[in-house]
Amino acid sequence: MCLGIPALVVEVPDKEWAVIEVEGIMCQVGVHLVGEVVPGDYLMVHAGFAVEKLDLAEAKARLDLWEELLDFERAEKA
Amino acid sequence: MSVLKRLNDPQLGREMIKKVKEQAAQLAGHLGRAVALMEVCGTHTMAISSTGLRSLLAGLVELRSGPGCPVCVTAAGDIEQMIALARMPGVTVATFGDMVRVPGVLSSLERERAGGARVQIVYSPVDAVALARDKPDQEVIFLGMGFETTAPMVALSINQANNLRLTNFSVYSVHKLVPPVMRALLGAGEVKVDGLILPGHVCAITGSEAFAFIGEEYGIPAVVTGFTPVDILDALHILLNKIQTGDNRVVNGYRWVVRDDGNLQAQSAIKNCFYLGDAIWRGFGVVNGSGLLIGEKFAHYDAMRKFTAERLDDAAEPQGCRCGELLRGLISPGDCPMFGHPCTPASPVGPCMVSSEGACAAYYHYR
Ligand code: SF4
Repeated sequence: MCLGIPALVVEVPDKEWAVIEVEGIMCQVGVHLVGEVVPGDYLMVHAGFAVEKLDLAEAKARLDLWEELLDFERAEKA
Repeated sequence: MSVLKRLNDPQLGREMIKKVKEQAAQLAGHLGRAVALMEVCGTHTMAISSTGLRSLLAGLVELRSGPGCPVCVTAAGDIEQMIALARMPGVTVATFGDMVRVPGVLSSLERERAGGARVQIVYSPVDAVALARDKPDQEVIFLGMGFETTAPMVALSINQANNLRLTNFSVYSVHKLVPPVMRALLGAGEVKVDGLILPGHVCAITGSEAFAFIGEEYGIPAVVTGFTPVDILDALHILLNKIQTGDNRVVNGYRWVVRDDGNLQAQSAIKNCFYLGDAIWRGFGVVNGSGLLIGEKFAHYDAMRKFTAERLDDAAEPQGCRCGELLRGLISPGDCPMFGHPCTPASPVGPCMVSSEGACAAYYHYR
């Protein structure tokens, strides 16, 4: 029940609700708590509402850092 | 590969595990024992079990579960109260799926449903509002449990019911707050852990800073993280580093979702609807200031005032069930003599074997 799911916004019919897609399934969620959203945004959804907008650039930066660290270690071992 | 795919990339995960294992071995060698960590959130418990991380790190890192499964910490007395509400004529109770199977002293919501009570499983509190709108002859009571993540949604639903001027909708609120129970847990001094993995989606609402007291008052580091394998391994990496270097500041390791000060709109939605009261937690008893009770403004949507004169004191725990100790991080599911026999997900004795976020269920499924 606490499980948040990342979801892609496909349509924003009004200020309070957005249509999202998760694994091919569309549904409507409340966006009352996350400010303005536009199609293409990603949301973390919980119990029918968006909890936050996702900052995928932040996730990417973290992932890239790991790739770098692992590359470095591989090079060191070789 | 998209960023969301990379966060679940098994190849990256495998390499990260190797790195985390090296780190853990070094720290465990230094400490002369396994590093003890607690994952506060039930969804983390499930993710750590399902990815096999728990067994992969066995002997080096001991990952203990905490009080972060909302169904599990719901007090036995509240379960009895919910069952009593479901028995009332003309009432439909609406709740999240896991709650239905939690055993009470003599019954459960599931049993009441089999006996003719109207118990409806919903995915969102707005579904319960819609149910009340569509069935004006029924009294719809939403069983509102959960932490900071769920409370704002329930607040919005109460607002929605108010805008629709519904008079047949109410909420039995046993919402609870995580920081006060962590204070109770760490303050009791029973459990000794070297670091904490903090619940990502609770922190999305509260902000990571709401947990800064853990380092300041209890001298252990804590990391906020998400639920993908990469998130969790990243958090372990950060946490092991912090323990090694003695840096006890709380770290927001989930910046792609969590702000340091949290979601201010959600915080004000909570404040607008609820006030802080005491709550009874399974395993802890009363924790002062840890409950969200429906405020005066929305008193007519408060099922406690509408249907019950006062809240029941706690009821008896299922005999022999050790969920209480488990939720306080004192034991692992395997330490309970009933684990696996007779207690299984098909015939659970306690809530920790029922819930999809319960530690006993997680350990049972991924033995
Ligand atoms: S195994 Fe069953 S009886 Fe034992 S603590 Fe877990 S839920 Fe309770």
